Amino acid sequence: MATQEQRTSIVWDYAPAPESPDHVRLRDSYGLFIDGEFQEPVDGTRVPTINPATEEPVAEVAFAGAEDVRRAVQAARAAQAGWAALSGLERGKYLFRIARLMQERARELAIVESMDGGKPIRESRDVDVPLAAAHFFHYAGWTDKLSYAMGGRSVEPLGVAGQIVPWNFPLLMAAWKLAPALAAGNTAVLKPAETTPLTALLLAEILQEAELPPGVVQIVPGDGATGAALVREPDIDKVAFTGSTGVGKDIQSALAGRGIPLTLELGGKSANIVFEDAALDQAVEGIVNGIFFNQGHVCCAGSRLLIQESVADTVIGKLWERMGRLRVGDPLDKNTDVGAINSREQLDRIEALVASGEEEGAVRRTVACELPSRGFWFAPTLFTDVAPAHRIAAEEIFGPVVSVLTFRTQAEAIEKANSTPYGLAAGIWTDKGSKAFEVAAALQAGVIWQNTYNKFDPSAAFGGYKESGFGREGGLAGLRAYVRIAR
Amino acid sequence: MTDRLPIRKTYKLFIGGAFVRSESGRYDRIEGGSGAAAAAAVNIPRGSRKDVRDAVAAARKSSTDWAERTAYNRGQILYRFAEALESRRADIGAPADEVGEAVDVLVHYAGWTDKLQPVLGGINPVAAPYLSFSVPEPTGVVGLVAPDSPPLLGLVAELAPALAAGNTVVVVLSEKLPLSGLDLGEVLGIADVPAGVVNLLSGRRAELAPVLAGHHALNAIVDASADAALGAEIDKLAAESVTRVRHAAPTRSYSDATADPLSRLEALTELKTAWHPVGA
Repeated sequence: MATQEQRTSIVWDYAPAPESPDHVRLRDSYGLFIDGEFQEPVDGTRVPTINPATEEPVAEVAFAGAEDVRRAVQAARAAQAGWAALSGLERGKYLFRIARLMQERARELAIVESMDGGKPIRESRDVDVPLAAAHFFHYAGWTDKLSYAMGGRSVEPLGVAGQIVPWNFPLLMAAWKLAPALAAGNTAVLKPAETTPLTALLLAEILQEAELPPGVVQIVPGDGATGAALVREPDIDKVAFTGSTGVGKDIQSALAGRGIPLTLELGGKSANIVFEDAALDQAVEGIVNGIFFNQGHVCCAGSRLLIQESVADTVIGKLWERMGRLRVGDPLDKNTDVGAINSREQLDRIEALVASGEEEGAVRRTVACELPSRGFWFAPTLFTDVAPAHRIAAEEIFGPVVSVLTFRTQAEAIEKANSTPYGLAAGIWTDKGSKAFEVAAALQAGVIWQNTYNKFDPSAAFGGYKESGFGREGGLAGLRAYVRIAR
Repeated sequence: MTDRLPIRKTYKLFIGGAFVRSESGRYDRIEGGSGAAAAAAVNIPRGSRKDVRDAVAAARKSSTDWAERTAYNRGQILYRFAEALESRRADIGAPADEVGEAVDVLVHYAGWTDKLQPVLGGINPVAAPYLSFSVPEPTGVVGLVAPDSPPLLGLVAELAPALAAGNTVVVVLSEKLPLSGLDLGEVLGIADVPAGVVNLLSGRRAELAPVLAGHHALNAIVDASADAALGAEIDKLAAESVTRVRHAAPTRSYSDATADPLSRLEALTELKTAWHPVGA
């Protein structure tokens, strides 16, 4: 059944327009950021972090061992009372400083994000970094207004937060975690992802430049073992995790019986639903953005495309034509739409799931484009004739692969969209507002985009239903996860 | 260099982003002058009815642009205003502590721009298949009769919430102590605050405030004069065009300015309710 079609001819060709990394000041080696200083690991290791587009090392980074994690938690504990004792206004001023410094160093942060993680510079420059700064700016403004976010109730910080962030939006997720925690008077130990620690370490430099009191934030890179040690530390008061549903379940289980507040932002298999009355060209742009943004390494990616049967052929035709124009390649090239896959491990996972799609009988179309000889790459891929029971319709691929299913009625669309253990996001494409709101109300998902997709804002809550996690990040709901209501 | 003759500052009104003399050509001579411009006495413009009208026109003209900016953008600009004021602490004709508190007030209200909607707005649980939501919007052009004491902090405490809520403002500065307010125009000029969003008038309060209050293009007026007779006159004039009036209690500190920020903000917003069918 599997077929490969040739790429539609590209009308325009572009000269390379690479962003120069000359401006970037990276050290050869980074320690653990504990108590305001970069420190040597005690029982950790030193590991090179790789550019997935070239497989070349970008820098060497210390990974924290269990003892390092303990020291980080102790530093956070020691700093917490003093941080919480500052007035909201003064805490806010530190967060405003951090936001401003991130804006000042935006170009550098964007380049490093693309070098370390493989995402197109256009996205790190226009999405990740500005949104990360905006998160600090937004929560800076909450520090002296916490009771307004809590319906007039007075609040206290929880204490020391252990925070684990994923590799798909490294700096942005660090901002999502740190900004509300700090705003509410908590201190934090943040563990960046194994494959993408660099922008968090640049953020540590920014925290130094902002003269944030030592101990308020610790940044301890590491792999799964480091994260496991962090959530098992006895002296933490809060855990926040963004990552896979599998690890999320492990963390929830590890915390069982300890009474520690937890927020989980996990995986998804989000439905992007196209009705026959949608503006189809606009919908196609939204589908492309929904699944190929950040190589599909997005927890809320619109990876299940549900198209109403009457327009399915038209939409698939337009989508395939549009996919042929996506530019895959050098993440630092400003023309690039789809960059490198974040790691060898993730590429293997994508390839295995795609192979299962072919084996189970779905029809595969992969854009035939030239891929660089080194690095980790996967060309944009579309599956049709997908049955709901196929693995590619049920499991999170976390890559540039979209599975198309069709439906006849609105009720069937809702039924199919909801028949998943996940519930992170959904897209609705229709020109009829009343239908969009009716469908939105019926979908079991934490974020619904109508005639758009992948929109994020510091003022808008984000988070999932069901096995996509619990708790919200962003807006005043994001603060709730980091405060205790005072009695 | 010690015997160098200093350059004195010519105090001007601030209207539509430009520093202008009063169209009337009148001036008042008052004590003081600040920073490098220090002098025994300086001349300040004595604004006229026509200056008030020009200022309201400038505020009206910039109103749509300011209101339509994102809350995030307005927050960034207010924060930039705070940065600019902090960096010019020494140049403002007010005690350093008062300037510092004014900066903090600006920082506080910079944080309100994108908090107003979640705090004041919401979805209405109407008993019918409709999505009904209410959101605060700026009222439009706000007049501000600034207090005499403390002149800078008292002015900023009323100006900051008006701007945070998305309004443009016409200020009648303190008649007794107008210099720090006129200095503030120079800060606004370098703070990314768009031209016309804040307009500053010096002159005789009894002459200017009633013209402002009675101006039909004004949507709201904040009376911080602490003058009961003037307040009553403002009430009466405002009634002609249903202008909203807030009589502000004196603000003597940062704490006063931020003790009940929502009242200051709410008074200068409208609440808009929108309905949309669900299903049908």
